[in-house]
Amino acid sequence: MSSMEGLDIRAPIGGLFSLLGVLLAGYGAVAGSRTTSDVAPVTNVNLWWGLVMLLFGIIMLVLSRRAMRKPG
Amino acid sequence: MEGNPITHLAAIDYAIMAVYFVAVLGVGFALKRVMRTSTDFFLAGKTLPAWVTGLAFISANLGAQEVIGMGASGAKYGIATSHFYWIGAIPAMLFVGIFMMPFYYGSRARSVPEYLKLRFDEKTRTLNAVSFAVMTIFSSGISMYAMGKLFNLLLGWSFNTSVLASAAIVLAYVTLGGLTSAIYNEVLQFFLIVFGFAPLVGLGLKAVGGWDGLTAKLNAASVANGLPNGAYTHAWQGMTHASTNPIGVEWFGLVMGLGFVLSFGYWCTDFLVVQRAMAADSMTAARRTPLIAAFPKMIFPFLVILPGMIALALTVGHGSAGMIPAKMANGAPMIDAAGRTVLDFDLATPMMLVKLFPSGMLGLGLTALLASFMSGMAGNVTAFNTVWTYDIYQSHIKPGATDQHYLWMGRVATVGGILLSIAAAYVAGSFNNIMDLLQLVFAFVNAPLFATFALGMFWKRTTGHGAFWGLLSGTLGAALHHGLTLPVGATAGVKGGYFGLVHTYPSELAQTFWTAIVAWTTCFVVSIIVSMVTQPRAESELTGLVYSLTPKPKDTDVPWLQRPASLAIIVIVLIVGLNLVFR
Repeated sequence: MSSMEGLDIRAPIGGLFSLLGVLLAGYGAVAGSRTTSDVAPVTNVNLWWGLVMLLFGIIMLVLSRRAMRKPG
Repeated sequence: MEGNPITHLAAIDYAIMAVYFVAVLGVGFALKRVMRTSTDFFLAGKTLPAWVTGLAFISANLGAQEVIGMGASGAKYGIATSHFYWIGAIPAMLFVGIFMMPFYYGSRARSVPEYLKLRFDEKTRTLNAVSFAVMTIFSSGISMYAMGKLFNLLLGWSFNTSVLASAAIVLAYVTLGGLTSAIYNEVLQFFLIVFGFAPLVGLGLKAVGGWDGLTAKLNAASVANGLPNGAYTHAWQGMTHASTNPIGVEWFGLVMGLGFVLSFGYWCTDFLVVQRAMAADSMTAARRTPLIAAFPKMIFPFLVILPGMIALALTVGHGSAGMIPAKMANGAPMIDAAGRTVLDFDLATPMMLVKLFPSGMLGLGLTALLASFMSGMAGNVTAFNTVWTYDIYQSHIKPGATDQHYLWMGRVATVGGILLSIAAAYVAGSFNNIMDLLQLVFAFVNAPLFATFALGMFWKRTTGHGAFWGLLSGTLGAALHHGLTLPVGATAGVKGGYFGLVHTYPSELAQTFWTAIVAWTTCFVVSIIVSMVTQPRAESELTGLVYSLTPKPKDTDVPWLQRPASLAIIVIVLIVGLNLVFR
């Protein structure tokens, strides 16, 4: 009985981070750059970090799909 | 806990939190159908690959104490806090992977206390199991308490709701999917913490003018606090003398107390982390678990300590508009003996999140913080339910029941462990000193442990009586040393000195490190003396339990670069490099 047969952890990681990435990047694209206090630099951190997370999520999803196609 | 919350969340922040909680619970439900035997539940069926157990190995330890506490220490001690990683955790993780894992994984023990039963006797196991079970409950309770208090302060959430809701989520995914679910969620949490904190460091460095700006600002801070120039940005420079570094300890106390006794005691014997490695799918994978974990662990100082250092740089010279707020006592900022404002260092990292992240990223950062609280709690609860079921319930209360009965007991113990943790969180809220006292007692119990394991694994002459009395006298030795010493400026009581005053240490950490050294040495010496006068076990019974009587493990099933020994050498080279760069 292998738990990996039950669930490849890369699938939920990929799903979670893709979704979070889309949410953040989408929000950043709409809300634009903003600063939160006098010390915080002005950047659209939501947009670019959301894209980084989306990319990571997609890589994880691809890896889990590939593992599924060749069993063992 | 009155007053207005520091910030408010937007809809996007709540959406991010909600997505994460759905994912966490989804993993629990997806794993429910593969939980058939008690081995599935307590040991993840011993089926997980090394990279998964490796990430869980550090994530289970990445609780509130780590994320908030390391940020606080970063603000208090600067880059020297990285000693907890670079001479603390990493060498111990290499040792447990290379030398000790063959006995944990190979001995058929299902828990660390059970190894003590196989190697020594029932009384040593029970002593370890009971003290460990009590400790996990209280650490999980302290974690919950810290979380409830922090989210109340930051967002105005009700303490009761935060504690009960996070307990309910952890309860759901651990009861459903057992250790596999806890480990899978720890891997999720690991990535969430990395993605939540990396941009904080980026934005923080940008705000202080890069590494050079940080160094310049912290140099001003170290001079203002009566330390040599560069004290906060050099890990080794002031270590020849206790008065020239922010930790207030000299190199010997640091290397022996923190690097050897405390770190080896924790990373090599604490079932909370060892359990993750024991869930691996092979001996090689179990040994590679802490070695793979060592790579991200090495760079964690940049993720958890740096935000605290940046917070300090954004505080000094900013007056009341500084990043880290003053510690309040009776409605007024606290002032120390030298006339300086006492800062509430525990708020260093949370305030960085709140002040540097816009809505959206703030939701992600706070979700990462919640994730760290919950992974700490889940780690404790899964270790508790295993030790309770195997080492206390099965061996003392109801031996010889069916596997299905112990699986049921594991789920009951999960519910019980979480209820007890909630109770502990409320105890922490009402009697602050009791928690300080308990943590002190745990330190006394933990410090001598590594002496017992090292002797048990590497000296076949060690006997059960030797181990048992060594452990007890090590704990007493710690209490005695602590009771006879005080850190400078403290009064007798929970800080020490309750048996009289023989020596004063320049800092609390120095006292902690030396207490550990005394405890370890006492345990080591007493175990040897008692072992010499008691009857050892026959060598034939010790195969697989003692180094000299066990065939050396072969790692031919993975390419040579991925073998434990090769990984260990790479880690050593990198760690020496890091210590040299930040000397």
